[in-house]
Amino acid sequence: MSAYTFQAQVLVGGTAVGQALVLPEPLSLWGGLNPETGEIIDRRHPSAGQVVTGRVLLLPAGRGSSSASSILLEAVRQGTAPAAIITAEVDGILALGAAVAREMYDRAPPVLVLLPEEYAQIHEGDQVQVMADGLVVCQNNER
Amino acid sequence: MLVADQYARNSETFTMNFLQLSAQDEAMLAGEKGTAVQMAMRILTTMAQVYGAERLLDIESAHIDGCLYHGDSGLAFAERLVAGGAQVRVPTTLNVGAIDLLHPEHFQGTPQLAERAARLMQAYQGMGCWPIWTCAPYQARHRPALGTHIAWAESNAIIFANSVLGARTNRYGDFIDICMALTGRAPAVGLHLAENRRGQWLFLLEALPERLRREDVFFPVLGYFLGAQVQAKIPVITGLLPETTEDQLKALGAAAASSGAVALFHAVGVTPEAPTLADAFQGQPPERTIPVTLADLRQTLAKLSTVADGRVHVIALGSPHFSVDEFAALMPLLASHPIHPEVEFIVCTNRLVLPMLQKRGWLAPLQAMNVRLVVDTCVVVAPIVRHRGGVLMTNSGKFAHYAPGNIGFDVVFGSLEECVRSAAQGSVWRDATLWSD
Repeated sequence: MSAYTFQAQVLVGGTAVGQALVLPEPLSLWGGLNPETGEIIDRRHPSAGQVVTGRVLLLPAGRGSSSASSILLEAVRQGTAPAAIITAEVDGILALGAAVAREMYDRAPPVLVLLPEEYAQIHEGDQVQVMADGLVVCQNNER
Repeated sequence: MLVADQYARNSETFTMNFLQLSAQDEAMLAGEKGTAVQMAMRILTTMAQVYGAERLLDIESAHIDGCLYHGDSGLAFAERLVAGGAQVRVPTTLNVGAIDLLHPEHFQGTPQLAERAARLMQAYQGMGCWPIWTCAPYQARHRPALGTHIAWAESNAIIFANSVLGARTNRYGDFIDICMALTGRAPAVGLHLAENRRGQWLFLLEALPERLRREDVFFPVLGYFLGAQVQAKIPVITGLLPETTEDQLKALGAAAASSGAVALFHAVGVTPEAPTLADAFQGQPPERTIPVTLADLRQTLAKLSTVADGRVHVIALGSPHFSVDEFAALMPLLASHPIHPEVEFIVCTNRLVLPMLQKRGWLAPLQAMNVRLVVDTCVVVAPIVRHRGGVLMTNSGKFAHYAPGNIGFDVVFGSLEECVRSAAQGSVWRDATLWSD
């Protein structure tokens, strides 16, 4: 087992623990995530069919419409949101959805940004812990 | 566009405490202006830090997109603000909602959905916003001046305000738009700053036939091409004729903001920040120079339709909302080509246009010709069309882009005349001269 620790940039802070779900491509939550089920529904996306609920969701970036913030907010309301969201570049739309969710429902997935080379070291299935100060601890059982 | 790349990563703290607030900002954040303003300022300062802003700046107006119903959480958000005593601090207009409040019978959705969508519209109206319910506020008496800071949502309104009026806004959307209207403040980043308004890619149109450059149908196709090319960069165009109309620029911008994330374009000799090429590029060279060919535009034209020419079930005009001038072009065409009884003919416009149509004596003939005039909303954001699927024809690049995904129609794109004459015969009519050499 190996553990890595990274210092992320915090867009919306919070703590979380979960298994990493790594999306190989950017995803627009608008038309890409069903907030009733937490399932990725963009049929053209390689991760279609996966469920984000409770996972530490890693995606290179968001994509598309500003309505994505509404979808994240709705997912938080319905209890289907990821435990945390980590991207490799700043995504204002995802951060906004989480910031509004924090206001409305007193809970929101923390939204963090890692440098691309750090981001690349977290793999599907890794156990990831997010600390309030943006420290990300990643445990991998296979390497 | 909101300048992720401007964010300076601080390897020591990562806490982004670069943001300096004014005394009044601090007072709003402390709750001195009520809980709604406090919540708005909390969200706004969080986002200002996300974008790496060092300060907030005053805005002169806002345009709000959040009044379109997407789900219960958006309604809860608006009603929370209302309960907290929310009143906008700057003149604020409202984008389309899901209901035509003047003709609620147009709505084809469930009564429950209608009730919630209307409640959301009411909540935003209750915050002191002007209920004009249009995606073209700039043609409904909301005309910010050159160089003023504004916070606008709705992609076509954003690109029009930046490019044609020379006002300054970033691409804002749901939630953050009303937070800015309630606080009168916006993060000082992106297109609010003069240096970020410099053109990036240059497109040369001079080789295209001048005849084509006068046609209305040229503009949405050009816009759709530009948006797909530049994505979020700032295109500069040379070769638009000086007599290019506001409605043509409106169509160009709406299409560019559909195929790309374009928030600003400059047309040399036409738009206010580009009297010369040097002005458009702020004295620097373009990153790329691209001569636009007729073949490029024909290719784009083909992409705007999802189905081969054949039967047509619905004609939809007015995205962005149809102007009085556009009605002036429509009236004689309809008079000589009456609509086929099986074709649904819809024009979306803003409610201020109705009395102007009345005054010109056009309202009664339009109704007699079975044209459905829809105000306050539009066919790609709400269940308005009565046909359940089929082929929808439009002269709007934006309708052509969104109709397949949003309401499940196949789309045929054409000029205004092609739309009307297709409506008359119930199948696509083409003007072969339009895109010829």
